[in-house]
Amino acid sequence: MTETRSISQRLTLLLAGVAALLSLLSWGMVTGLAREATQRTQDNVLAASTTTIAETLRSEQGEVRLELPYAAFAMLDAISEDRVFYRVTAGGRILTGYEDLPQTSEGGLGQVTFDSGEYNGAPIRMASVSRLVLAGAEPLSVTVTVAQTRDGVGAVASELSQLAAILSVAFFFVAVGLSAFAVKTSLRPLNEIAAAVSRRGPSDLRPLMRAAPADLAPLLTALNRLMDRLHLSIRRSEDFIAEAAHRIRTPLATVRTQAEISLRTVDDETEKQRLRRMIRAVDESSRSAGQLLDHATVAYRTEDMAHDVLDLADVVRQTVAAVEPTAAMRDIHLEVTSIEAKVLGDAVLLDNALSNVLDNAIKYSPEDTTVSIYITRTDAEARISVTDDGPGLGDEPIDALTERFRRGSNTGGIVGSGLGLTIASDVLRAHRGRLELANTQNGRGACVSLVLPLS
Amino acid sequence: MRYLLVEDNIELSDAVIKRLALDGHAVDHAMTLAEAEDCLAAANYDLILLDVMLPDGDGRDFLARSRAHLQTPVIVLTARAQVSDRVGALDQGADDYITKPFDFSELEARCRAVLRRRGGAARNDIALGPAVFDPLAGTLQYGEQIVELRNREIRLLEVFARHPGQILSKSHVMDRMFSYDTAVTENAIEVYVGRLRRRIDGMGFRIETVRGLGYRIETDAP
Repeated sequence: MTETRSISQRLTLLLAGVAALLSLLSWGMVTGLAREATQRTQDNVLAASTTTIAETLRSEQGEVRLELPYAAFAMLDAISEDRVFYRVTAGGRILTGYEDLPQTSEGGLGQVTFDSGEYNGAPIRMASVSRLVLAGAEPLSVTVTVAQTRDGVGAVASELSQLAAILSVAFFFVAVGLSAFAVKTSLRPLNEIAAAVSRRGPSDLRPLMRAAPADLAPLLTALNRLMDRLHLSIRRSEDFIAEAAHRIRTPLATVRTQAEISLRTVDDETEKQRLRRMIRAVDESSRSAGQLLDHATVAYRTEDMAHDVLDLADVVRQTVAAVEPTAAMRDIHLEVTSIEAKVLGDAVLLDNALSNVLDNAIKYSPEDTTVSIYITRTDAEARISVTDDGPGLGDEPIDALTERFRRGSNTGGIVGSGLGLTIASDVLRAHRGRLELANTQNGRGACVSLVLPLS
Repeated sequence: MRYLLVEDNIELSDAVIKRLALDGHAVDHAMTLAEAEDCLAAANYDLILLDVMLPDGDGRDFLARSRAHLQTPVIVLTARAQVSDRVGALDQGADDYITKPFDFSELEARCRAVLRRRGGAARNDIALGPAVFDPLAGTLQYGEQIVELRNREIRLLEVFARHPGQILSKSHVMDRMFSYDTAVTENAIEVYVGRLRRRIDGMGFRIETVRGLGYRIETDAP
């Protein structure tokens, strides 16, 4: 599985990006507004100042006269400590003030116009108003211009902008924090589903039934459909094995039956021998087929086996009861010495392993002997030991006996497939236990132990 | 004993019926679950042998369905080999199972084991002169004296007891006791007969050797 960046990381990054953009935007807007607000304040004061001066215009003996009221400049001082300039022109002639102030735009009479410009290398803001003054015969247009440098108001604006920047950064961090929280909260159902799936037992393929947000419903449906298919395919392979067994064994049963009937009806001893050999061959193949299928079943069952708390005493009791009649046929006594020993495991698999071991012990024991089964327990382990009075395990390396299709060198004429111990050993390995093979101390017979960790 | 065999394979059924008849059992045969229901309604059986795959259903479902009102012990015959199948059959109320193809001696052994375990009222005693032989329990009673026989001895005595007065050849006896075990020779039969003779000594009946032909069971004249 290639791992891409996690959804939570992605979402957090995306939300942080949006927050950054919004912070930047809001900072830009606040800065713009601050500049405009300070500008407007300056304009208003300039306009007031200009109007105040313009109102003092009067004509005296044909001359245009004016006063420069203190208030007109004082109000400008009130907003900032910027320098103030003024100019009064009448009909193009400068009456008083700074001659070199930049030209201003023409507005209607009595209307205040504003201009930005530069004076002595400093940016300035100018307000002008024109009034008609009757000086002599004809009215004369007098323009009053008041200008102020913009350093002070600029400083106020940038101060406000700085404040906005700090606020925006703080807003950004809060937004990132909140998005991380929001992402975590909205992804919680997803994590809960993941946890619910991983908490399940390996063979639990029931559909996942839980309340989930509508967005996750498709995922949940897909997951359930997958589990359905998995369940079906496991069932199919189980059915396939059962069907294969049925197909193989039913005709074998017919052949065996016919041979048995013939065995009863023929009198010739050579014929009888032939029929016996035939029956034996049928038994061999049916046993091999059975064990191959058992082996396959055990192989996939161990992959997702049950982990139930089992008492080995129960397992032994049931399995021994099942093989008792075959043992009795040969007058072999099964002697069980049992104590309680709780292990975690799969009853079906353990029954299969023990059956295989007991089958071997019964098959190889001479008639009229005893097979002993005991359960013993140490601190960490439980052990089922099966000892018989058979020929023992021979002189082959003992480990080789659990290999597939490997049979001991001293199995004589006894029917077997060589899979029994392999199956038993696979089952025990799946239970984190082991199969121990040894010859008994007196040198007669085998001792096979199934060792399992106690639960 | 009265058996009900529910099995749709005719050859197998025939062989089972004949084999069980040799031991003196009466066997009714049902090919389907429906027939089995009819038989169960009409008669009482000591044991049911039930195949799992029948034309009209699964024998195990039938078992699960009828277990509640059915007291008769059941042995399931199965050609399926799934590990879980065998455990499943027992969980559904079967008393035992046997995998096809089976050895008839094993089937007989399992039938006996189930009947003995269930310990029903049905007895199957055979009179041997003054002695009474119970093949199920494996006991031989003569007056106050009770002898417990071992499995091989029970089988051997049963073969003789079912055919009083008849001469049974060694090979006939061999076929009944071991179906294919080629390792067993006719000498082994002599050993078993010798052992059995010691056990039944003084119980009012004998196993006589008929030179060149075989053995015959003889009871003392009353």
